[in-house]
Amino acid sequence: MARTITMRQAINEALDQEMTRDPSVICMGEDIVGGAGSPGEDDAWGGVLGVTKGLYAKHGDRLLDTPLSESAYIGAAIGAATCGLRPVAELMFIDFMGVCFDQIYNQAAKFRYMFGGKAVTPVTIRAMVGAGLRAAAQHSQMLTPVFTHIPGLKVVCPSTPYDTKGLLIGSIRDDDPVIFCEHKAMYDMEGEVPETSYSIPLGEANVVREGGDCTIVAYGLMVHKATEAAETLASEGVECEVVDLRSLSPLDLDTVIESVEGTGHLVCVDEANPRCSIAADVSAQVAQHAFGSLRAPIAMVTAPHTPVPFAPGLEDAYIPDAARVAKAVRSTVATGA
Amino acid sequence: MAPIVPIVMPKWGLSMKEGQVVEVLVAEGDQLAVGDDLIEVDTDKISGIVEATAAGMLRRLVAEVGRTYPVKGLLGVVADESVGDDDIDAFVAGYAVPSAAEDEAEASAYHTIDVDGIMVRYGRLGGGERTVLLIHGYGGDLDNWLFTTTALAEGFDVVALDLPGHGQSAIFLPGETVADLARFVERFCEVLALGRVDVVGHSLGGAIAARLAIDHPDRVERLALIAPVGLGPEINTGYLDGFASARSRRDLKAVLAELYTDQTHVSREMVDQVLRYIRLDGVPQLLARLRAGITADDVQADQPVLDLDPAQVPLLVMWGSADRVVPAAHAAAAPAGAEVVVLEGGGHMVQIERPGQVNATLARHLRR
Repeated sequence: MARTITMRQAINEALDQEMTRDPSVICMGEDIVGGAGSPGEDDAWGGVLGVTKGLYAKHGDRLLDTPLSESAYIGAAIGAATCGLRPVAELMFIDFMGVCFDQIYNQAAKFRYMFGGKAVTPVTIRAMVGAGLRAAAQHSQMLTPVFTHIPGLKVVCPSTPYDTKGLLIGSIRDDDPVIFCEHKAMYDMEGEVPETSYSIPLGEANVVREGGDCTIVAYGLMVHKATEAAETLASEGVECEVVDLRSLSPLDLDTVIESVEGTGHLVCVDEANPRCSIAADVSAQVAQHAFGSLRAPIAMVTAPHTPVPFAPGLEDAYIPDAARVAKAVRSTVATGA
Repeated sequence: MAPIVPIVMPKWGLSMKEGQVVEVLVAEGDQLAVGDDLIEVDTDKISGIVEATAAGMLRRLVAEVGRTYPVKGLLGVVADESVGDDDIDAFVAGYAVPSAAEDEAEASAYHTIDVDGIMVRYGRLGGGERTVLLIHGYGGDLDNWLFTTTALAEGFDVVALDLPGHGQSAIFLPGETVADLARFVERFCEVLALGRVDVVGHSLGGAIAARLAIDHPDRVERLALIAPVGLGPEINTGYLDGFASARSRRDLKAVLAELYTDQTHVSREMVDQVLRYIRLDGVPQLLARLRAGITADDVQADQPVLDLDPAQVPLLVMWGSADRVVPAAHAAAAPAGAEVVVLEGGGHMVQIERPGQVNATLARHLRR
């Protein structure tokens, strides 16, 4: 049966069901157990935003509270993965990935390739991404492009509770290292999710809205901005097709191109900084492979090329919103009519 | 004064709350006949056509393309030319969408029940002395009856179940043959204390219904079988296998296309819903098992419909002539005494493609 739960609960349920199904699945990270056994509010905090709450009581020592040393426990998770476990490591904020980058991009991402397929590294690294929580420049970045750039890593960034559960289960069952990006502004977002386990394959985009006038490509929180813009535009007589990439690596370019072939217009929305972003990548690939279908230049709506501001007014202005998406669509549709 | 008849947003299935007008196929001043296609509507589950329920002139078109209307919301007004414009305006202005109490009753139309340890979801709607049980086919669920339940509920107590391993029932098969499933449906009827029922079965559900009538003659009063399995050897095994093995939206969409003549029914929402089902852990394996159980050497394993005696159990067989899953030619093998209705051009899901004709034929058969 399906019922309505939050994205936070969807993640918790995915971890719970996979730990129940597969004894090789373990979880590790800072405060994911969170002082279980200690009195009062400290008990079983369940990670910095309470995502893993309650799992320790069910699965005990298969949840490991780690020291505040990302380089140590991410390395340990990767090592455990090469030795037969399926660790899910929570790295709190993706912004901290820098301190354990060698383990991720020079070790985990390379093993399968360098050992000729004889080694697999089925590790999932969960991390919070995105701005909007007034957490300043070092805790608010959308670093998805950094990981998408590296062959050997898979990168996922879901936009709904349903996709979150299915893609997290898909990531855990995948034999390659997966960077699983959770938008911190979406943990309380609700949606219908089946109780039964299910997995969504990595590398499949989702057309969340159909339309014939303009394609909007987005992922994560930006899918909702794109959909909001599409609703506004529909009342003006412009029908947008919204493609949620869901997985950034592998990328479902076929679905994007199929949509652009139908609409002739493309707007790429990305919360990341514009240079070498997912928006830039999708724009480049569509220009390379489907130039003949385009009736107007491709437009990008992204954050500016600056760190995320701490001042609330500036942070709000930094994050792409529906009005900017709608403006970009109006402009491209007018150009190529 | 001649009557003023409202055209309203229909309720398709148990959970529909609203629908969006996609296209208006008529204009003010058109003379309408009962059954005419009026307005194309999209819901979160299905796309369909609002048909005329009364003959007369379309005096006022309220529906606007792109707008969303609640169930029973006013879409237009039919009345004779003799009715004054003032009266029409007053009718439109005074129209209120009925709601409240009824909504609450319908919210509880979905139920679950434990049948021999297997959780079964079913829907129950309407009322009347007679109960009609609806059984869907392979890979389907009770939403295959979206257009049927609400229509039949006007005169009958309608019960539609998700077969085990299907829809939102438990992902478990009590057995993989038609006889196994018929036995389970009998247990479902016992647990629900349904008494004697009329059974409408679609596709594999048709074979199950026939088996149920043969094995449990006390249970079944009348039978109506739509595009049933169980009346001939051929079945599109490419469809059965494609459905069980589809992993991507693209693959699945191509498979589901086989079900319909009119491809507008294969909407994004519909494909999504089926995709969500086949991605549940265990479902592909379960469907493969069921596929193996209902076939032998790539033809149908059992043909229970051939063994029915319409003199004992009145039998209606309905088919879309363009069925690409179970050939409509099988209708010719229906046992003597059965009423056979073949709808020209309809596909396998004829109850969704031609709801008006199917519902009228069903109601006539069930009231006989």
